[in-house]
Amino acid sequence: MKIGVFVCHCGSNIGGTVDAARVAEASREFPDVVFTSDTMYACSEPGQDGIIQAIKDNQLDGVVVSSCTPRMHEPTFRRTVERAGLNRFMFEMANIREHVSWIGKDKEANTNKAIELTGIAVEKLRRDQPLFAKQFDINKRVLVIGGGVAGIQAALDCADGDREVVLVERESTIGGKMAKLDKTFPTVDCSSCILGPKMVDVAQHPKIQLYAMAEVEEIGGYVGNYEVKIRRKAPYVNWDLCTGCGLCMEKCPSKKSTDRFNEQVGSTTAINIPFPQAIPKKAVIDPKFCIKLTKGKCGICAKICPTKAIVFDQREEIISESVGAIVAATGYDLFDISKYGEYGGGRLPDVITGLQYERLLSASGPTGGHVKRPSDGKEPKTIVFVQCVGSRDKSVDRPYCSGFCCMYTAKQAILTKDHIPDSSSYVFYMDIRSPGKMYDEFTRRAMEEYGTQYVRGRVSMIYPQGDKLMVRGADTLMGTQVEVEADLVVLAAGAEAAVGAPQLAEKLRISYDKYGFFMESHPKLRPVETNTAGVYLAGSCQGPKDIPASVAQGSAAAAKVLALFAKDKLENDPMISLVDMKRCVGCGKCVRVCPFGAIKEIDVRGEPKAEVIETVCQGCGLCTATCPQGAIQLSHFTDNQILAEVNALCQL
Amino acid sequence: MEVVDIHASCDHEFIAKVEEESEQKVRLCYQCGNCTAGCPYTFVYDIPVSQVMRLVQAGQKERLLSCKSIWLCATCESCTTRCPNEIDVARIMDVLRHMARREGYVAEKNVKKFWDTFLDSVEKHGRVFEMGLLATYVAKTGRFWTDMELGPKILPKGKLSFKPHEIQGKDKVAEIFKRFREMQQ
Repeated sequence: MKIGVFVCHCGSNIGGTVDAARVAEASREFPDVVFTSDTMYACSEPGQDGIIQAIKDNQLDGVVVSSCTPRMHEPTFRRTVERAGLNRFMFEMANIREHVSWIGKDKEANTNKAIELTGIAVEKLRRDQPLFAKQFDINKRVLVIGGGVAGIQAALDCADGDREVVLVERESTIGGKMAKLDKTFPTVDCSSCILGPKMVDVAQHPKIQLYAMAEVEEIGGYVGNYEVKIRRKAPYVNWDLCTGCGLCMEKCPSKKSTDRFNEQVGSTTAINIPFPQAIPKKAVIDPKFCIKLTKGKCGICAKICPTKAIVFDQREEIISESVGAIVAATGYDLFDISKYGEYGGGRLPDVITGLQYERLLSASGPTGGHVKRPSDGKEPKTIVFVQCVGSRDKSVDRPYCSGFCCMYTAKQAILTKDHIPDSSSYVFYMDIRSPGKMYDEFTRRAMEEYGTQYVRGRVSMIYPQGDKLMVRGADTLMGTQVEVEADLVVLAAGAEAAVGAPQLAEKLRISYDKYGFFMESHPKLRPVETNTAGVYLAGSCQGPKDIPASVAQGSAAAAKVLALFAKDKLENDPMISLVDMKRCVGCGKCVRVCPFGAIKEIDVRGEPKAEVIETVCQGCGLCTATCPQGAIQLSHFTDNQILAEVNALCQL
Repeated sequence: MEVVDIHASCDHEFIAKVEEESEQKVRLCYQCGNCTAGCPYTFVYDIPVSQVMRLVQAGQKERLLSCKSIWLCATCESCTTRCPNEIDVARIMDVLRHMARREGYVAEKNVKKFWDTFLDSVEKHGRVFEMGLLATYVAKTGRFWTDMELGPKILPKGKLSFKPHEIQGKDKVAEIFKRFREMQQ
């Protein structure tokens, strides 16, 4: 075997603390190495051309590049050796940047370590085998989980790209948080007016199959061939018959049901259509409050329904769908304001969340768009907004900025002035974060044109005084304590991961951060991909986001799906496990340990044996580590290769 | 108002000392103002507690050790409880008070006199002798009429004895003071 070693300076990144020329010189002593050189930037075009030229001139069988992390440029160099006519797996990389030059200053020690790492890469390469990918068919349907604005956008874009879309929504209507908003910043246009048409498009698009009141139960398979089980909850109404006329809602005698859509500002009927623009506009019975379902009597809705759509004994069902890609767009939930005892959220009726205030402002809300405070229905004249409630606060384990609260608070202050011209609004803030197109101008408008009083400081306590709320805080710019007697207090509750997000992530086999937000593949360069092939992210499930960013990510995820579906066949990664039938004793440990269900038990002449399903295996290596016989080996990372590396390191 | 040269006037040694003695990182403070918002003594402070934190960050030793706030702090720990960054602000106030005492700054003389008298009383009697404390404090400060109206209310309840309390282990308490003085030397 003839091996070439290329040592990269990476400008001064490596060259600054590693003598690259000496590493190249020393590598000449390693077995099978016939060519070495050091190069300023191996990844640059001249750098790659140099590698290709050296392969051709010296008839090299394999190449080692000592440079940066393989996460960065392994694909680059694999393509390089492939261009020179070698198999892409006849290539090894030694990481002498992240593992050497960036972490130590001693040039002598660094150079020695770089030589050792290059040496073990050579030993591994000497045992590399050419590997070839297998092709498999791809199912060009996509599952979108979550029908908020990000999911809607992703679904519409995929459907417009002529792909079949399965959209799953947990609530009885799509629209998500955006449907609950009255107006949107920074243009103050009506939220349901701009979202409504998109929701209607989802309902009418021939390529979109919508499952509302449904959740993903189970996901199996792999990129291009996912099998999904969807649990559809029982609305106790036959939606094929329901016309959404709303007669049932008018007559339902159980009027104290939890009004989830209106953020529990007021209550609603047990049979309910959340809002006039709901998609699908179908009635749902809340079994916790329905008199018929709890006590066995009533049934008024069933009597009055003109299409006889009420089905009290309806059961939930499991639906199976096959798709090739998945977009997770499960959004966010609000921080629980009752965690700040000093603010009285959950205890004082007139201390509410920003989203509850949106419902009070909305014409389709429980007060018909007239701002009335929850306790006594009076119109508030002094409104205090408190920002960063559950954001930027380590003591409640929410150290991150929720990003959109500064903007929605400014918007709500503006809308308050529009609704109640003789009102005064106070905003307690720590910093105003408005980095977006026309965003800062918008917050300035709230102050300059609408006379909103911005107070730089936090609120320490809110307590009732008569029928008012006394808000005590600080004005750090004045250097004093301040007090405001308020009629209504609106807490800008921060965003947190949606309920159940970690569980869904585990079904999708994607990672999530300690707060439950899904992890993108790269924070800058792969923002909508995950580390599981064929699973993409859109919207706030990845981290708090405003509407423009959510929509952009929805479209971006759709672009990724359409790019994936542009191919007719997919190739697997050949770095997968293979079973040596002669050594396998059929103990089945690998079958049980595989997290991807990629190993099955087969019968070979009456004996049980393990077999790897090549397109499903992700090459994680768990089975290799588990197998008591050493019968299952991970291609490109065999035991022999790893031991050769260890031996090389011990002998150097 | 004078211009503060934030580079030249920043006493890094002072910041390090405050951090070491309080076991807190003053850099964690992002000046939200929650400590000031909840502090029940802001009305008498010359510098609100959030600005005390800022001055520590800026290493303004002189201004801090000569301020009144550190002496007026009642260590109620509202600031510590409310701090979103979990800084023990009350402890920092305490450290500053000790530093001021060590370096001879006393912006609130009567507060210092009260503490000194209180501790003297404990050293001598094993626990505080209220009447003796009162007499010494009044004699030292000349504040004859302070809280005088409370006398008729608490005397009949036996709250104010004319003799020191007889307790066991008086000498042990005195030992503590002795050990402390030895440690200081």
